[in-house]
Amino acid sequence: MLRYLIKRLLSTIPVLIGISLLLFFMLRMLPGDPAQVLAGQMASQEDIELIRHQLGLDRPIHVQYAFFFSRLARFDLGRSARTQNPVTEEIWARLPNTLLLAVVAITLACLFGIPAGIISAVRPYTWIDYVVTSIAIFGISMPVFWLGLMLVVVFSITLQWLPAGGTGTWKHVILPSFTLAAFVVAFIARMTRSSMIEVLSQDYTTTARSKGLKEQVVIIKHALKNALIPIITVVGLQFGLLLGGAVLTETVFAWPGLGRLIVDSILGRDYPVIQGAILVFGLLYILVNLVVDLLYAYVDPRIRYD
Amino acid sequence: MTETIQGTASQIRDRPAYSQIRRSWAKLTRNTAALFGGTLILIYVFTALLAPLLFPGNPSAPNLIKSLERPSLEHLLGTDELGRSIMGRIIYGSRVSLLIAVGVISVGLLIGVPLGLVSGYYRGKVDFGIQRVTDTMLAFPGFLLALALVAVLGVGLKNTVISIGISMVPIYIRLVRGCALSVREEVYVEAAKAVGTRDTVILLRHILPNVMVPITIQTSLGMGMAILFAAGLGFLGVGVQPPTPEWGTMLGSGRVYLFNSPHVATFPGIAIFLAVLGFNLLGDGLRDALDPRFKL
Amino acid sequence: MSGEIKPLLAIRGLHTQFHTFEGIVKAVDGVDMEVFPGETLGLVGESGCGKSVTALSILQLLRCPPAEIQGRILFEGINLLDLGRERIRKIRGNSISMIFQEPMTSLNPVLTIGEQIAEAIFLHQRTSKHEAWERAIEMLHTVQIPEPRARARDYPHKLSGGMRQRAMIAMALSCHPQLLLADEPSTALDVTIQAQIMDLMQRLKEEFETSIVLITHNLGLIAEMAKRVVVMYAGKVAEEAPVEDLFKEPLHPYTQGLLGSIPWIGRKLKTGRRQLQEIPGIVPSPLEMPQGCRFHPRCPRVMGVCREQEPAVVRLADHRLVSCWLKAE
Repeated sequence: MLRYLIKRLLSTIPVLIGISLLLFFMLRMLPGDPAQVLAGQMASQEDIELIRHQLGLDRPIHVQYAFFFSRLARFDLGRSARTQNPVTEEIWARLPNTLLLAVVAITLACLFGIPAGIISAVRPYTWIDYVVTSIAIFGISMPVFWLGLMLVVVFSITLQWLPAGGTGTWKHVILPSFTLAAFVVAFIARMTRSSMIEVLSQDYTTTARSKGLKEQVVIIKHALKNALIPIITVVGLQFGLLLGGAVLTETVFAWPGLGRLIVDSILGRDYPVIQGAILVFGLLYILVNLVVDLLYAYVDPRIRYD
Repeated sequence: MTETIQGTASQIRDRPAYSQIRRSWAKLTRNTAALFGGTLILIYVFTALLAPLLFPGNPSAPNLIKSLERPSLEHLLGTDELGRSIMGRIIYGSRVSLLIAVGVISVGLLIGVPLGLVSGYYRGKVDFGIQRVTDTMLAFPGFLLALALVAVLGVGLKNTVISIGISMVPIYIRLVRGCALSVREEVYVEAAKAVGTRDTVILLRHILPNVMVPITIQTSLGMGMAILFAAGLGFLGVGVQPPTPEWGTMLGSGRVYLFNSPHVATFPGIAIFLAVLGFNLLGDGLRDALDPRFKL
Repeated sequence: MSGEIKPLLAIRGLHTQFHTFEGIVKAVDGVDMEVFPGETLGLVGESGCGKSVTALSILQLLRCPPAEIQGRILFEGINLLDLGRERIRKIRGNSISMIFQEPMTSLNPVLTIGEQIAEAIFLHQRTSKHEAWERAIEMLHTVQIPEPRARARDYPHKLSGGMRQRAMIAMALSCHPQLLLADEPSTALDVTIQAQIMDLMQRLKEEFETSIVLITHNLGLIAEMAKRVVVMYAGKVAEEAPVEDLFKEPLHPYTQGLLGSIPWIGRKLKTGRRQLQEIPGIVPSPLEMPQGCRFHPRCPRVMGVCREQEPAVVRLADHRLVSCWLKAE
């Protein structure tokens, strides 16, 4: 198990390097002078020269990269071109908000999606199955931002039960997290259903039944545990996607999270913040994948003892 | 066990290829959901092709007198903030969205398939290099990747297609590579090599046909995804720019009027939803109809 | 006369069919069979002849729909097919057990083998969990798995093929069932392991006084293990006989063909033939069954009536019957 953990950790290194390279070259692919891009549209010539010197942009490219990488390692992401605040500060102020939404949404999605998928798989082609699969396919086809707006129309404007945006109380969390959860719950339900169907057709399920075990036991103890393996992978994947989908949801609900920061930065050409946010998203995604792989090893003894 | 049922019916299955296609077609057409999806898509295609007939006039021409009117007999879906018919813009929007979908898939296929084939077939350093790039790209949620690319390339229809297309490339690479990896182990590939067949021929005649099935399924689903992504970018204001009628952009600009004129944002969203639904239903149906051996 | 002893299991007019995309597949089309206490009944036939489906029908392990089972399966006088879900569960693993062909896929990869054996004991024998675990270890010992206490905590992928099959046997016999359905128990194993497993089964059968239905296409196994044999073809019973009679004097042309295709030393001397006799043609597709006798397209002694009418069952003695027009006159 320990060896597996170490192996996984080591394999994240090339990806981290890859991300740093991506960010490094992205800046230089933009039209214009990199120093100017970083300084922003409102900077004076002095500021631009200062940045050029600070970041070593007048040095050869490999030196630049070394500088860049060492700064990344120290979490020095520069200053926002718009607000002049350190990028790390800007990100740190908003990261918890995005994480809150993502965690609530994933929890909701699993709570509803996994049981729905199981029921659907155990009674395929019945009306329950059709209802669940229909709702699921509607869920993944729906644009998340449109759903959010529609929910606002119904619950905020018409019924006036819930606030349309911003943060503050638990009521503010409901609409955005439900919106985020909609796509995910559909995906998880579908994955659970297909995974369970696959497992239920396996030989060991027949063996379990041939021992006279109750169908409930067969489903939960024998089937679900095996089906969980791909489901966990998907949940992890979806968590990563949620961080991306959060961009749209946060915009709709004026939620002060990382997603909005990234959109505002793109529109405002605030390159240092874009860089920082992408880096954070990438890191989070890698972390989630790592956790998923660990859970994987916990559930599947074949991986654990290899 | 299912083995037993499979065993008794397998003799029927082991028939030559052309009847496999016929069987798949029969299975697909029996699937009501897939038919419904296919019909939806056809409706959109026809709407796109016959747009000028369905809505004569310029859908982007402002008519401020009629700004923000509710749905009526004159304008079935109402008008937007510039007085333009929402129905007309949705109809012309189908052109934009389908164009984007086709463009994105083309980019994905043109770049992704060859790279995937080469990566999976040749392995070695080439494979390693391509895989590391793919891994890095897949470390980011697709939409975010497209957004980042837009940040680099700029806004507008062309850049939207390129950005989303590039963000789809790693998916195709993975898919094709996986298929190529398993097909290259088949005995008939070994036999072809032993007889001295050139690599390019092997790739085209043996490996590519096997890859067609997962590619077809992914393409249908990918088109839906492309429309969703493009709409998302449009909504944020960094996709297709006004006055070009793109459903997401329409939603984005209509958002401000949500309190008093919700119809401006509602109808384009329904258009997006139905289009994506169509592609998803069709993609699912294709997956069920084509041999389940080809798992994604 | 064995007619005085009551059969443990009596199958009467079993029809099992599947509703598939291509039509109705009649996997078992009118089968009668009996199993007596303490005997090993061999059930022989090619792949697809319906022997596995017969076994699965006994324990109702087929999904209905798409399967549909009709007929009577009498176990100790009760028709198993009449039993609802709750009651058939009490029979499974308890009075009637089953072991399967592929031990790797038939064992749950995420549960220890000790757990998989103990749960049946815990369920049927009303012991404590601790007691069930101990008995599971005992069973592992009985099937000659070394270091049973340590092995019980292992997962299936850690065991070799032979050991896995032993674990399966332990699982099936843990509650001392009266009847064991063994579906190709050694086919997936190496020949040497095969021999060990069959020896083990023979010993345990005597020790636990279990009857066995041995399903296989391997006639060598049948010769060694079975007392009586039922030969199935295309969903029907072709012939039934005590094992010596079957090998000495096979009556059905299909059985003759099967026996003729076994290689044995001295064959050329005795029969004067160098080549193995094969049965020409292939097993018919279940959706396109031939009219009349199902074997007639491949039969070397086919007659006119064979093409039109299905042959009636001819009883030559107790437990000696054949379904062929050749014997009907």
